[in-house]
Amino acid sequence: MANSTSQPRTMFEKIWDQHVVHAEAGKQTILYVDLQLVHEVTSAQAFEGLRLAGRPVRRPERTIATPDHNIPTTDRSVPIADPIAQQQIDTLRTNCADFDIKIYDLDDLRQGIVHVIGPEMGYTQPGMTIVCGDSHTSTHGAFGAVAFGIGTSEVEHVLATQTLLQSKPQTMELRVDGQLAEGVTAKDVVLFLIGRLTTQGGTGYVLEYTGEAIRSLSMEERMTVCNMSIEAGARAGMIAPDATTYDYLRGREFAPEDFDQAIATWEQLRSDAGAKYDVVKQFVAADISPQVTWGTNPGQVIAVTDQVPDPTSLTDATEQKSAELALEYMDLTAGTPMVDVGVDRVFIGSCTNARIEDLRSAARVANGYRVASHVNAMVVPGSGQVKEQAESEGLHKIFTAAGFEWREAGCSMCLAMNPDKLEPGERCASTSNRNFEGRQGKGGRTHLVSPAMAAAAAVEGHFVDIRDWNFNGEVI
Amino acid sequence: MESFTHHTGLVATMDRANVDTDQIIPKQFLKRIERTGFGQFLFFDWRFHDDGSLNQAFELNAPEVSGASILVARRNFGSGSSREHAVWALADYGFRVVIAPSYADIFFNNCFKNGVLPISLSESEVEQLFENAATRPGYRLVVDLEAQKVSDDSGFIVSFEIESFRRECLLQGLDDIALTLQHEDKITEFERARLQ
Ligand code: SF4
Repeated sequence: MANSTSQPRTMFEKIWDQHVVHAEAGKQTILYVDLQLVHEVTSAQAFEGLRLAGRPVRRPERTIATPDHNIPTTDRSVPIADPIAQQQIDTLRTNCADFDIKIYDLDDLRQGIVHVIGPEMGYTQPGMTIVCGDSHTSTHGAFGAVAFGIGTSEVEHVLATQTLLQSKPQTMELRVDGQLAEGVTAKDVVLFLIGRLTTQGGTGYVLEYTGEAIRSLSMEERMTVCNMSIEAGARAGMIAPDATTYDYLRGREFAPEDFDQAIATWEQLRSDAGAKYDVVKQFVAADISPQVTWGTNPGQVIAVTDQVPDPTSLTDATEQKSAELALEYMDLTAGTPMVDVGVDRVFIGSCTNARIEDLRSAARVANGYRVASHVNAMVVPGSGQVKEQAESEGLHKIFTAAGFEWREAGCSMCLAMNPDKLEPGERCASTSNRNFEGRQGKGGRTHLVSPAMAAAAAVEGHFVDIRDWNFNGEVI
Repeated sequence: MESFTHHTGLVATMDRANVDTDQIIPKQFLKRIERTGFGQFLFFDWRFHDDGSLNQAFELNAPEVSGASILVARRNFGSGSSREHAVWALADYGFRVVIAPSYADIFFNNCFKNGVLPISLSESEVEQLFENAATRPGYRLVVDLEAQKVSDDSGFIVSFEIESFRRECLLQGLDDIALTLQHEDKITEFERARLQ
């Protein structure tokens, strides 16, 4: 593709330029889409739209599908109890069959949460444009891809045209310098950043995470960071590809055949020296402690060593009102130390934190302990392959011995569309990405934390600073 | 898509920031495979008590705003999930216009695909609308997309910004896919160039 300018460009601008099919002043740009991921909840109406208009899917080989959102995580041999959920899954199957789209169905080991299986199979690659009718599509940006969450009308647009209409977003560099302290994870980094940015600080921007602390993250940790970009309101989040990215991708089922050639191309993607971002924000890794959300949006977050904030200390009237409503819903009192807050449930799962490293991290904490007697805790792997890997390492034994439930792959209690949900008033330490009112069940109260912090909360029955944890030997 | 040029309607206010799409349409209603019929579930967990009775304290349940078609809310409306069901629910309930200081991107985008106009006004203009609606029962606004103005019958009048392309699409009720397919030769050309 022609390099339209010799000016230094950011990674986002390079990928954008490479995908412009048609640009016209005063119109949105027609942008080519390399890969679309489809799941059962946001696609039925899109396929129906195609049928009504008599339109085919333009490039069926550029879309893959899997059911993940509303499937049960219990025994797969038992029929799904909810007939409407069953109908939605059947509809996805029919649509994939009718329009010739590859589906990773419930009986396929490769089934799982869309944002876990795309990277896992090597579909997600640097330099791509990737979309999905799901806001956490930003996950794929961890590979140096431009990945947007879209609505169902846009899903239909992509199916019909393999393009998306977009206005070019602005760019924001979030730089995290220095090294993270022991016990501080990618989840803490991204929660900390959202806390600083607020839930709308990223609106209209594509975020690029840079700096030593980000470069040192593994591929799975990078996915955790990019995954939650949307919680800061951003269109997408990205991290430049490097050896970590290539090592992860090499040998995966759908990775490029001529891998060295691919690396040579990917090496050109990173932002040029002197490239200008519209906004640059800098942070210091050493300032980041393990984080816990206290409110009803992911920006309402503090260090585990802090106390529940007092709404009257906030200067902005709207934020103050929001904080008051949040404390009321969460049944928390200003000034309470976060470590004094008890939990009833623990959920380790979701596209944010249900990859193998997340499960290893939680298992390392749980090893040799028991879940507190009043706590119900469950671990839901992000995909069939993650589950299999964890079992081959014996992680499931550590979890079950500690009293955690070990489930089948799916979104589960991240959004509680399936039977996994909180009861009214229950308080949950969750590794997912949204603590909205009722997100995990009507009246349920969600605190977002890292997998290690969630496992520790399960054992102690309240939040603890993971940096003080007594580990029982090494797991793997 | 239904076109949008002018709209006059009753105003309902919602004095909350960061209203997320999980609230607008709770997940238990996302299993439907149709685009219609979501209005009955709009703000379900706020509108109804657990026993199914109406929550009288919830803003939209006030009898004075029954039939409202313009929703005024605080900043970052529509945050969270990409579910277009949120817009389908607002539209099906009868809302044609939302007015707030800011919106989450995906929600904002989804509105235009469904003939719902999301208008961004300044915090102080939105505050003015809250006051007007609180003090004048049956408060109505006139929204003129062609002139890009919002006004009432007693002197309130403000302009709003909107991307010209989105405005055209709404005014004419254009189908995005048909528009893009006008450039199908370019898509084919792009695909051919890439294969080489
Ligand atoms: S795990 Fe949660 S956030 Fe991720 S795709 Fe599923 S429902 Fe969405």
